[in-house]
Amino acid sequence: MADVDLSIHAGECLALFGPNGAGKTTLLRLLAGLLRPTSGEVRLLGVPLKGDAAAERGQVGLISHQSMLYDVLTVAENIAFAARLHGVPDADAATEDAMARLGLQGRELTPVRALSRGWQQRVSIARAIVHGPALVLLDEPYTGLDVAGARALTQLLLALREAGAALALVTHSVDEGLALATHAAIMLDGTIRRHEPTASLDAVEYAESYRRLVLEVAA
Amino acid sequence: MTALRPPGTLAAALMIARKDLSMEYRTRSAFFSSLVFSLLGVSIFYMVWDPTAVRPIDMAPGVLWTIFAFAGMLGLHRAFGLELQTRAMDGLLLAPVSREAIFLGKALANLVYVSAVLAVTIPAVVLFYNLEFGSGLLILGGIGVLAAIGLVTVGTLFSSMTVHTRFAELLLPMLALPFFIPVVVPAAQASAKLLVGAELQTVMPWIQVLVAFDLMFGVACVLAFPFTIED
Amino acid sequence: MPDTLAHSLPTTGGGRTAEKPVAVFDWLMAIAVVAVSAVIARAIWFTPPEALQGEAQKIFYIHVPSAVVGLYLACPLVAIGGAMYLWLRDERLDRLAESAAEIALVFLSIVLVTGPLWGKPIWGTWWTWDARLTSTLFLWFILLGYTVLRGAIEDRQQRARYSAVLGILAALLVPFIHLSVRLFRTMHPQPIVLTPDKPKLSAEMGLTLSLAFLAFSVLFVAMLRGRLKYAALRDHVEARESGDA
Repeated sequence: MADVDLSIHAGECLALFGPNGAGKTTLLRLLAGLLRPTSGEVRLLGVPLKGDAAAERGQVGLISHQSMLYDVLTVAENIAFAARLHGVPDADAATEDAMARLGLQGRELTPVRALSRGWQQRVSIARAIVHGPALVLLDEPYTGLDVAGARALTQLLLALREAGAALALVTHSVDEGLALATHAAIMLDGTIRRHEPTASLDAVEYAESYRRLVLEVAA
Repeated sequence: MTALRPPGTLAAALMIARKDLSMEYRTRSAFFSSLVFSLLGVSIFYMVWDPTAVRPIDMAPGVLWTIFAFAGMLGLHRAFGLELQTRAMDGLLLAPVSREAIFLGKALANLVYVSAVLAVTIPAVVLFYNLEFGSGLLILGGIGVLAAIGLVTVGTLFSSMTVHTRFAELLLPMLALPFFIPVVVPAAQASAKLLVGAELQTVMPWIQVLVAFDLMFGVACVLAFPFTIED
Repeated sequence: MPDTLAHSLPTTGGGRTAEKPVAVFDWLMAIAVVAVSAVIARAIWFTPPEALQGEAQKIFYIHVPSAVVGLYLACPLVAIGGAMYLWLRDERLDRLAESAAEIALVFLSIVLVTGPLWGKPIWGTWWTWDARLTSTLFLWFILLGYTVLRGAIEDRQQRARYSAVLGILAALLVPFIHLSVRLFRTMHPQPIVLTPDKPKLSAEMGLTLSLAFLAFSVLFVAMLRGRLKYAALRDHVEARESGDA
């Protein structure tokens, strides 16, 4: 990965498109502070993210392919554990709230391993936002969600954006991405090829140019 | 956005340990396999010696601490194994808690788990090897605390490395056993003497080795742990 | 790219046609082999046997230098290389630790084989839980674990970090093992083995032993140099292959 210069401000949502292996996940893990850059730096809320910037790290919420859940613990235990670890003042209330936003009521006491893939994804999202992160990183969050789940997620993300969170959404589906994004970028082979606000974009034309770019690089 | 108050190192360690223990409590798989292993080991060892040639009281300490080291290792792998399945470890690393807290939490949970195994194994040894109940429990229990701390600190650190390797379950004993020599040997030697009525003074050198090991590797493992988890 | 390779390998950037095979002849290794052979020959044919132990004592000319080189040159390098790697994150330091560990394993194996060979005629037993022999045995096990650990990890940086951690902890462990073995021996009467006095070396024997130290040290340096070169080349090839993929 080289020459990636991106910034996301509060209340913005950056949709990052790219084919498999373009470096999207790596970029998200860098933004989350799970990987350290070999050169350059990641700043979060103006503070360089490195080493043990523990407090800043706590402002990130990551939703990845992996659920990051403990399968023998219940839905509520998983979410409450994340809330406590992040130091949410009223962890139980925050847990209730996060579960309500993802339609998880009635499943609080179900062990995660007894849930289907789609429901696990909802729990995983609730787990990631329970502490009200300032930056939410989403790696293909719609995978496995049914229609109701997808709608709940879109509403949740819009609400988070409204509340002043910055979102970064990685996907290879242009439709999903543009539905939420205020900015869009295309990543290919570890570099950013396009980066612009979505306000002036035509979705059909953008999708076409993305397809062309991907095929061009593949060839 | 709510103001977050990230937990301190100790508070976070306790949260992680509690989470690990409640997971172990739900399944009890590691605990029971370690327990059955150590009880079986203790009984088999009794029968491979001629009890008229070697007094059971002479055999008991060596058997106990050797079996303890092996049984403990059976379960140590679990501590980080359970974080790996769904990359839950990422969740811990993303949380605003120090790396040291993660290590301490894991080590604490392991300590409880190893102590629980000891809490059953020691009375079993006292019973099977016809030791004197009162003094036997006291001596073995006291040395058990010192031995468990050493075993757990080193074992936790190594399991955080081996869990990322191929054939993790085989590699852990290979790396960790040499480190258990200064735990098992002093524990066995000291308890052997104490059980036959020697003064505490005469086994002080062994106790000192145990304490020094716990302190030295307690510090070293906390310092080394961050190097085993960075990406 | 490590600069040690600069003269033998062209950069990967397009200039592949300029690649030349790397020189195979290792003059330092040749010198080392000749030196060690000469010392062994001198020990066997041109050094008088020790008065009490006879010809058996001559195995010391291999045993003692191997132990010194293995324990005091190679082993510390494993820990030092590891610690320096964690600090500076230079891959060459990891290769140093890796190479030193394998060479230490070779020398300690020699020690563990020649020790009992000498012990049988002199002590009357192949193996005794002598403090030094026991510590060496455990150290040998740790080194074995170290090399197995390296083989079990794919990612190069992870491998370097993990083995550095193990190397450093092993360095802390050695005194504890030594102490345990010492205590074990002082607190238990040992089965009686013959304990010969320290052999009194004549001037000629002393000279042979000094030459042996010298020859084994040269051998160590030659092995280390060759092993480092190999490791650098291997990493270079690996990097290129993954870069091309």
